[in-house]
Amino acid sequence: MSELSVNHLLGIKYIKKEDIDLIFKTADHFKEVINRPIKKVPSLRDITIANLFFENSTRTRLSFELAEKRLSADVINFSAASSSVKKGETLVDTVNNILSMKVDMVVMRHPNPGAGVFLSKHIGASIVNAGDGAHEHPTQALLDSFSIREKLGEVAGKNVVIVGDILHSRVALSNIYALKLQGANVKVCGPKTLLPKYIESLGVEVELDLRKALAWCDVANMLRVQNERMDICYFPSTREYAQQYGVTKELLNSLDNEIVIMHPGPINRGVEITSDVADSDQSVILNQVENGVAVRMAVIYLLASKIKNI
Amino acid sequence: MSQKVLLDATQLQITLHRLVCQLIENHKNFEETVLIGLQPRGKFLAQRIKQMLSEDYDIPNVTLGLLDITFYRDDFRRTEKTLEANKTQIDFVVEDKRVVFIDDVLYTGRSINAALTAIQSFGRPKEVELLCLIDRRFSRHLPIQPDYRGRQVDAINEEKVKVSWLENEGEDSVYVIQN
Repeated sequence: MSELSVNHLLGIKYIKKEDIDLIFKTADHFKEVINRPIKKVPSLRDITIANLFFENSTRTRLSFELAEKRLSADVINFSAASSSVKKGETLVDTVNNILSMKVDMVVMRHPNPGAGVFLSKHIGASIVNAGDGAHEHPTQALLDSFSIREKLGEVAGKNVVIVGDILHSRVALSNIYALKLQGANVKVCGPKTLLPKYIESLGVEVELDLRKALAWCDVANMLRVQNERMDICYFPSTREYAQQYGVTKELLNSLDNEIVIMHPGPINRGVEITSDVADSDQSVILNQVENGVAVRMAVIYLLASKIKNI
Repeated sequence: MSQKVLLDATQLQITLHRLVCQLIENHKNFEETVLIGLQPRGKFLAQRIKQMLSEDYDIPNVTLGLLDITFYRDDFRRTEKTLEANKTQIDFVVEDKRVVFIDDVLYTGRSINAALTAIQSFGRPKEVELLCLIDRRFSRHLPIQPDYRGRQVDAINEEKVKVSWLENEGEDSVYVIQN
C-alpha cells in the first residue's frame, strides 16, 4: 500500500495496520533526512499548515513545527491563550477564518475529546489530532511504537506495560490501540483509582503490582500523573505514589530481564521515574523525541500527498 | 505489447567497459571523486561500475553512495499515487568532491534536476557530472545532458526503455518496449 486509507489523522482507532506500516517506512527515510548536514527537503513547498493549540504544549508543538519546516511547508501558529477564542468565537468559526487564508492542513490540540472528529465534519482541510482531551494523541503513539521497533526490531509479540495515570491519559489510549493493532501484548499498571473501568474491553490486562508488571514486560511506558486534570484526590500523596508506582534503578537492577524505559514527557523526576533511570542506557526517552520529528514528517507528508487542489 | 533488444548481455558489457574507461580517463584514481547512484534504478548500474573499477581496472575503494530524490521531486501531489521513497545511503559529505551521478535511463531530466538539489544537503560539490546508460534523445523537459552516455535512442513517448540487471532481473539486457 502506498497511500494512507484516511484523509485525516484523528486517532489510531480510525487507521489500519497497513497505514502504520506505511508511516513507519516513510519515517525511516525522514529519520535519515534529519540526520543530514542539511536537514530539509522541499516536498511541501506549496502547502500551508496551521498549528492550532487550544491547550498548552511545548514538545508536541515544537516537534510538529519542526517537522513542517523540515518539509518546507509554510507554518502559522495559533495559541488559544492569545486569541479571539477568549472573546467567545466558536471552534468552527475560528478554524474557518483561518482556512479562508488558504490553509491546507490543520494540526490541532484541544482540551475537548472528539474536537478533531467534530472539526473534520465541518471543514475541508486535512486534520492532524495533536491531542484531544483524554481521548487520543495518535502521533505520540506512533512515535512510541516507532521507537520500540527501532530498539527491539519489531512491535509484534512484544510485551508492553503502560504505567501510571491511565485514566486521564490520551497517550495511553492511543498507545493501546496502536500496540494491539501491531500485535503486541499490553498490560496497564497503576493505582486502581487511575485505571478506567472496563479497560479490559480494549484487550489489555490489568496488573496492580509494578514489580510483576516490569518482570513480565520488554518495554515499560511510564506516564506522568496529570494533576491538572484531577478534580478529586486519586491517591493519598505523591510520595506514596512514587513508592508504589515509581521506577527506580534498584528496582530495575533487581529484575532478571533488561527492559526498555519510555516516557512521553514531560517527566516528573522522582515521581514516576527517578533521574538515574531517566538518564540510563535503558531509557529511550530522547530517542522518542528525535523519532517524533521523523514520524510527524511522515504523517504530514503522507496526508499532504492526498490533498489534490492543483 | 512488443519489445526489441537494444543491448544484449555482450553489448551491454562492452558499453559498460567503455563507460568505465571514460570515467578513468577523467577521474584517474578517483581520490577526489564520489559515485552517486540515483535510486531506485541507478543503484544497479552504480554498483556494477564500482565492481568493474575494482575487479577489472584495479581501482578499489571507490566511494559509492545512493541518493533517493523522492522528497525533491517536482510532481508531488500531481500524480495519482503517493510518491514512495527509497533508501538514501550517503555516509560522507560531498564538500569539494567531484560527484558523478549514475542513472540507467535519462528521459525528461527532471530526476536529475531533483538530484542536483538533493545532493546539496550533503555539502557543496566541486563539480557534478552525469553518467547514464541510455539517453532518450528529444524527450528532455530541461536543459540537462549526460557527460557519459552508453547508448542514445530515439524512443517515442509511448515506448518504454527497460534496463535489466543480472543481479535483479536475472539477465543483463536493455529492451525498448512498445505498448
